[in-house]
Amino acid sequence: MKKQTLVSASLLVAIHTPLFAGEQLESTIQLYQRQGNLSFSVEAGKTLWNQEITHKQMPVTRSCASCHGSDVSQSGKHIKTTKVIKPMSPTINPDRFTDQAKIEKWFLRNCKWTWGRECSVQEKGDILRYLSQQ
Amino acid sequence: MKKSIVIGSVIISSAVASLAYCSGGGEYEGSKWFKPRPDVAPVTNQLYKNECASCHMGYQPGLLPERSWQKLMTGLDDHFSDNAELTAESYTAILNYLTDNAADKSDYKRSRRIANSLAADDTPLRITDTDYFKRKHRELSLTTITHNAEIGSISNCIACHSQADKGSFNENEIRIPGALGRWD
Repeated sequence: MKKQTLVSASLLVAIHTPLFAGEQLESTIQLYQRQGNLSFSVEAGKTLWNQEITHKQMPVTRSCASCHGSDVSQSGKHIKTTKVIKPMSPTINPDRFTDQAKIEKWFLRNCKWTWGRECSVQEKGDILRYLSQQ
Repeated sequence: MKKSIVIGSVIISSAVASLAYCSGGGEYEGSKWFKPRPDVAPVTNQLYKNECASCHMGYQPGLLPERSWQKLMTGLDDHFSDNAELTAESYTAILNYLTDNAADKSDYKRSRRIANSLAADDTPLRITDTDYFKRKHRELSLTTITHNAEIGSISNCIACHSQADKGSFNENEIRIPGALGRWD
């Protein structure tokens, strides 16, 4: 009985201990902070994540959630090709945010497609801060 | 004596090789001895998988001719209305992979047929625009595809061709999602 409790307790600790994904994520957030003495918030990130931008081409309404979904602990679906996109939550999917170059690549591609322009450092930091807490 | 054994072995291995090759054709019914040769060379390049197959199936380079890949790669910031920009380094590596393994350079069955179905000045950007593809899918109604949420688009090979990601598009591997089921 005692042993079982111990095992469950260690499992809980294992689940809540920040993973390697979290370490890279924190270092990227710190890098952004240093770029302009900025501070980031979960709330601002969440708003940006769901903010809808209108385009002339289909799909006319786009947001991060269009493909990734509003609940980032769940899988998303590419709006056009329908390919499944694994969860963005680093807690659920520890493969996320383990590579700085990959983070920048996807911000570049996806900001341009979703918002029609590159994201600012402030926006990227807010989005990462939001995702880091999911 | 030794020589005849060698010649004998050569004949036997050639026969086995040609049998294995033939089994890659449409008549393949399944054998425990020979696996069908995939009709398009499977994707082997990890960079290509990472960069291109995140958003859609990693279409095999042997599904379009070299000139199509060259043209397609010039507009990655507007890649069928999506942004698929690459770093300069990845760009060159992927372009080389695609052009080196393009349909008109491949000896795989379906790649040859795709390449041969195109006029020399025809440079389709979509695999679905090649004459070979159109001929093969002429019995399908487009609305059947677009109205089926699990397929969505005719570009979604893997929705029906269960082995498409391995470069195999044989008819007996087709499973149409929903009520339709098997095709053959």
